[in-house]
Formats: sequence, structure tokens, C-alpha cells
Amino acid sequence: MKRFSCDEVVELVTAYLEGDLDETTRCLFAEHLSGCEGCARYLGQIRATADALGALGASGPGAGGEPSRPPSDGLPRSARERLLGAFREHRRS
Amino acid sequence: MESFADGGLPPDDVVVAALRAGDEAMFATLLDTWSRGMLWLARSHVSTNDSAQEVVQDTWLAVIRGIDAFEGRSSVKTWVYRILVNTARKRGVRENRVVPWSSAFEHEGPTVEPARFQGADDPFPGFWKDVPAAWPTPEGEVLAAEVRGLITKALAELPSRQRVVITLRDVEGCTSEEVCEILEISPANQRVLLHRARAAVRGRLEEYFETAGRSA
Ligand SMILES: [Zn+2]
Repeated sequence: MKRFSCDEVVELVTAYLEGDLDETTRCLFAEHLSGCEGCARYLGQIRATADALGALGASGPGAGGEPSRPPSDGLPRSARERLLGAFREHRRS
Repeated sequence: MESFADGGLPPDDVVVAALRAGDEAMFATLLDTWSRGMLWLARSHVSTNDSAQEVVQDTWLAVIRGIDAFEGRSSVKTWVYRILVNTARKRGVRENRVVPWSSAFEHEGPTVEPARFQGADDPFPGFWKDVPAAWPTPEGEVLAAEVRGLITKALAELPSRQRVVITLRDVEGCTSEEVCEILEISPANQRVLLHRARAAVRGRLEEYFETAGRSA
């Protein structure tokens, strides 16, 4: 029966986390992981990365104090105010 | 994955009813929750940050005008993001910047440096040479802020499609189904883009923790 090497396992971590592996592949993947500290750690670090990204989202626009990077910080305050104004205006009419 | 970013939003019917009733706080919450992801998504279709901001503003104006006619055939979020994608694409066409979303050229090659694994002449070809080092648990405000800055930078450096997918999935908390619907890409394509993006960001964190470990 085929056994995965580590360089194959690291390419399957997302499919594994997404629940997209077929039964056979999932078993082989899990079997490799149970005997491989490196890949288990790699999987944990991919999870930690996704969690850290989630925490970034939770911190909300404007967090991090990096005004030089508009795309990471949400809309500028002036644009936000204009849109809130447009919302108020439209609901009134 | 549990959505952090949307954890505070009530169910769609409540959101829609509130918007129709003119609940400004609800509108502000949506603005603040989604605009950053929308900016990144817009930015991948147009040529400047200013242009992306205009696309996002136009999208919100369309949402304001369209909420009364919203039929609830998709989630509110998917609806808003679909308006955004259509607005951004039109703008991208005007700017002669059409991005082929189904393009496969970002899908090539391994996501982990091949040199990290043993070669054909080693005892265990394809197995780790040295297993990845354990990461410290981020403690204290300084480290957390530093990591946040690093991740933001890593995201900014990703190829645009990867950035959009990882932003929607991991930062904004969309499901894979939502992302496929918003971007009109296949589940397989979505997964590959997410995989490559997560591997790249993990790589940046690894570099950071190694350097931090050495200097400590
Ligand atoms: Zn392994």
C-alpha cells in the first residue's frame, strides 16, 4: 500500500482541513501524521496561521496602526462618514 | 472554521430587517466588518488603492439602493460581495486590467522549499531533513502586534487571487462555498489558492520566529 512522504503530506494539509480527502487518502494522511513529528507540527502551524489570520479579522479595520496601508485598514474615515450619510439620506427619502 | 470576523453579526433576516428600518448602527457594523476584505478583493481587479476604494464605496451605495429589493436567494454577505465583484470587474475592464480568475499559473510547484526534505540519495527521500521548529506561543502585546504587522505584510505580498481567497476565508470567515460563489471559481481552484496562500503566510511566520528565536 502506498505511503506518503512528508513532501506529499504538506501539499495535502489544506484538503485535509477542508475535509476534501477521500477516505483512503485521509487514512494514509492520518497514519503518516501519527508517526511524523515534523508533519504533525506543520499541520499545527498551518492551523495556527489560519487562527492568527482570523484574529486579524477580529481586531477590526483600523487596528494595527498602519495608516499607510489602506487595503489592510478598511475604508478611510471620510469615506465611512459619507456612506453613513448616504444611508441616512436614502432611508429618509 | 469558526468565523471570528462575523461572530458579532446577527442572522441575515435580522440584518435585512434592520437595514430596511434604517438602522444606522447595523449598516455601520457591516461597513466595519466587511470593508477591508472588500478592499482587498477590489484591489485585485483594479490598478490603484484609490480605485479600489471607489469600487467599495460604489458597492455600498448599490447596497443602500438595493436592500429593499434583496430577495434572500443568497446570504447578505454573498450578495454584497457579488455586487462588489461585478463593480470591480467593470472598473477593471475600463482600466484595461482584466484578471483571468481561472488562471492556473499560480498553482505550480511545491509550497514548501524542496531543500527542506531529504533528496534521492538520502536515507528517507521526501522526508524532513530537519523537522520544523516549534513556534512560541505569542505572549504579550508587543509580540502580538508584531505578528499582526507581519501577517498584514505577508498578505499584501501574496499574488492577488491567493490574497483574496485567504482574506475571504481566514480573515473574513467566509465558507468555501461562499468564496466559490463570490469569485465564480471551482472548489478545487479555491482550495489550491487557499493552500498556497496559507503555506506562504506560514513560511513568513516561520522565518520570523526563527529570527526572533536566534536574537533572544
Ligand atoms: Zn512527515
